[in-house]
Amino acid sequence: MKYFLSTIILALFTALSVEAQIAVKAGTLYTMDGDAIENGVVLIKDGKIEQVGTAQSVRIPDNYEVHEANTATPGLIDAHTVVGLAGIFNQDADQDQLETSNAIQPQLRAIDAYNAREELVKWVMNKGVTTIHTGHGPGALASGQTMLAKTSYNTVEEALIDSTTMVAFTLGPSVEQNFSSPGTRSKGIAMLRQKFIKAQDYAEKRNGEDAPSKDLEMEILADILDGKVTALITANRAHDIMSALRLRDEFDFKMVLDGAAEAYLIMDEIKEAGVPVIIHPTKVRTYGGTQNASFETAGKLAEAGIPFAFQSGYEGYVPKTRIILFEAAIAVANGLSRVDALKALTIDAAKILGIDNRVGSLTKGKDADIVLYDGDPFEYTTHVTNVIIDGKVVK
Amino acid sequence: MKRFFCCFLLAFLLIPLYMMGQQQAQVFEGAKIIPIEGDPIESGTLVVKEGKILAVGPDGEVNIPSNAKIHDASDKVIMPGLVDTHSHIGEGDGGDRSSALHPDVRILDAINPRSDTFKKALAGGITSVNVMPGSGHLMSGRTVYLKLRDANTIEGMLFVDDPQKEVAGGLKMANGTNPIGGGPFPGTRAKSAAMVRELFVKAQEYQKKIEAADGDESKMPPRDLGMETLVQVLEGKRIVHNHTHRHDDILTAVRLAKEFGYRLVLQHVSEAWKVADEIAESGFPASIIVLDSPGGKLEAVDIKYKNGAMLEDAGVTVGYHTDDGITDSRLFLRSAAFGVRAGMSREASLKAVTIANAKMMDIDDRVGTLEKGKDADFIILSGDPLSVYTHVEETWVEGVKRFDRSNPKDKSYATGGYDVYRGSVHTHEN
Repeated sequence: MKYFLSTIILALFTALSVEAQIAVKAGTLYTMDGDAIENGVVLIKDGKIEQVGTAQSVRIPDNYEVHEANTATPGLIDAHTVVGLAGIFNQDADQDQLETSNAIQPQLRAIDAYNAREELVKWVMNKGVTTIHTGHGPGALASGQTMLAKTSYNTVEEALIDSTTMVAFTLGPSVEQNFSSPGTRSKGIAMLRQKFIKAQDYAEKRNGEDAPSKDLEMEILADILDGKVTALITANRAHDIMSALRLRDEFDFKMVLDGAAEAYLIMDEIKEAGVPVIIHPTKVRTYGGTQNASFETAGKLAEAGIPFAFQSGYEGYVPKTRIILFEAAIAVANGLSRVDALKALTIDAAKILGIDNRVGSLTKGKDADIVLYDGDPFEYTTHVTNVIIDGKVVK
Repeated sequence: MKRFFCCFLLAFLLIPLYMMGQQQAQVFEGAKIIPIEGDPIESGTLVVKEGKILAVGPDGEVNIPSNAKIHDASDKVIMPGLVDTHSHIGEGDGGDRSSALHPDVRILDAINPRSDTFKKALAGGITSVNVMPGSGHLMSGRTVYLKLRDANTIEGMLFVDDPQKEVAGGLKMANGTNPIGGGPFPGTRAKSAAMVRELFVKAQEYQKKIEAADGDESKMPPRDLGMETLVQVLEGKRIVHNHTHRHDDILTAVRLAKEFGYRLVLQHVSEAWKVADEIAESGFPASIIVLDSPGGKLEAVDIKYKNGAMLEDAGVTVGYHTDDGITDSRLFLRSAAFGVRAGMSREASLKAVTIANAKMMDIDDRVGTLEKGKDADFIILSGDPLSVYTHVEETWVEGVKRFDRSNPKDKSYATGGYDVYRGSVHTHEN
């Protein structure tokens, strides 16, 4: 009986400690839901944000484990990456971000290749990234699907926020390097248009009486045409961006513009098109499509009022992934305001990805994803000291 | 008399023009000066003239020459022009695929002095640079040490007057996976080392023949360009810059250098932190590449930001390099900042982009610190050199302003933009 009691006590204790509630105290608390709070407090309960306010207004209950920091922000969102499909070793066995058997394969699912234990996922997590939009990379006309995941957890099922977020398209010279056809820009667009025309027919018939036999490629393209899935189009040169917009206008799908190295040349057109931008890493190497990239583009997008987010993108060599906090920092040093940079890293990224109901700001009821810093988040010498995902301290 | 008068008049007219040009001293007052050699000066004056540093010291304690042009540099930080031990700017390259060993090849024969990649380096505050051929060979060729002067020819950028007679750079070597391949290339690490040793044994024999000739032209061995390079290496006149990542590859590079008695700079050294004490004991300096994340190649999987701090603690002379285009010359100071981020001292981190690197290139008598008599290579910064918010405002090479951020054209080299950079970027992958 005594044994039984102690077992129960132990079990209760274990349950309590698993559910240990957390309080974060920060000298500067960027909630991204209203102004920053000096001496702010966040209470976390059961993996969700329970309360946010000043140290004076929020009483921290005795049983809460307190974490203090110079600065805290919502968990950062890497709006486009390939980590988890692309692995640290850069060997054939750990590179699943680009399938080169065919230039158009939108049916490839990200969840079937995502390695939740990949070291690069943990690396970006330790640099403050709590949510990734990852999946098939650039380099094919349609390389496959993308997904949304939290960066902790050991399986894709646990980590997953959304399994089929976008389909990754690429326009421009990088496609021609990976495939014998298309060999030109015009051919690439022609191939995509032909597929979408076929998918229009499929979409029309798939719910009817004479539905065609199920075709995975057509299903996902029809989902794009029906507005259920967004087209993520990587285009860096100005004329490739215009081609992407032309394609969208013809087939009337939801679109996010990715890369956009020459966005500054056609800012009005992008704004008028109403497409959000996932800007290339600020430090992207300037060759090929990104030859004309500028450190100032993020700042110019903010100034123009075009919604944008940061990405680590795809790297074929070293470093195998970039860190969005570091990329944003260079943008902040080149004309982007600190608050606009933080928005792009959190709430604006969440909105572009359609998950702002769950993440992106420190708002009561949202997932308790918080990053703690020992100084200005963008300064070279500042460290991410803690990372909290779904109320658990993972760093 | 009339002729004399004309000459006099001409001389009278020309002297001020001459003085306003090269002769005029440039004085920078009120700056925080980080001379690297010696403590920082909170409010200091730098005087340069005819391409050299005349004086550095606290404001009011430095002689200001008459006719000097005075620049108000208050709220600015002045430090030496940065020295990069490993870069691929200039669009040059070394050996081809016909052999794994090209000691005969000079990269200076392939560099485009008009390359806009030099502008990129100047925008990052770099004034001296070791431009190297790639790492896809055991020996890819002679490297060249360049001063980023405004020059039409490569000769105008050298540290030496005559590259035919003087040593104008180092020798690039590589071990580990990069030089391994089919055909004439080694298939294993052991074979790589054997091929290098074999060539150095030959070079020792060649050297002996030269010594035996004792100046008698008729007894000299036939000229062999590759052997000539390696004899310079054996004589300690030409430094080997060895691309190496994995801890055992680092120690192999050390082993070969010790066997043949040549001078070595360990380049990249991703896993140096695993053998920091062994490197310290070797006495060889290490030049580090800072990458934002590990991986991308097997040898870089264990790369750590704390590499610099651990090598500093072990007593190794530490430098950083850009390996441009692997990292960006415009952000070279960021590498030093990442050293400090991971525990390196500020002093060592700033040396690691200046004087430590100058020593690795045998140019420390000319550059790397702000000291009287050294070349007037310096940068004017908007703030702390280790802050992300700091910009390089001006880059001066031998008393000539080569980059000025207040000039929109120059600023575009710092930020990038449409048609700013038209040259190719060396990335190892294309």
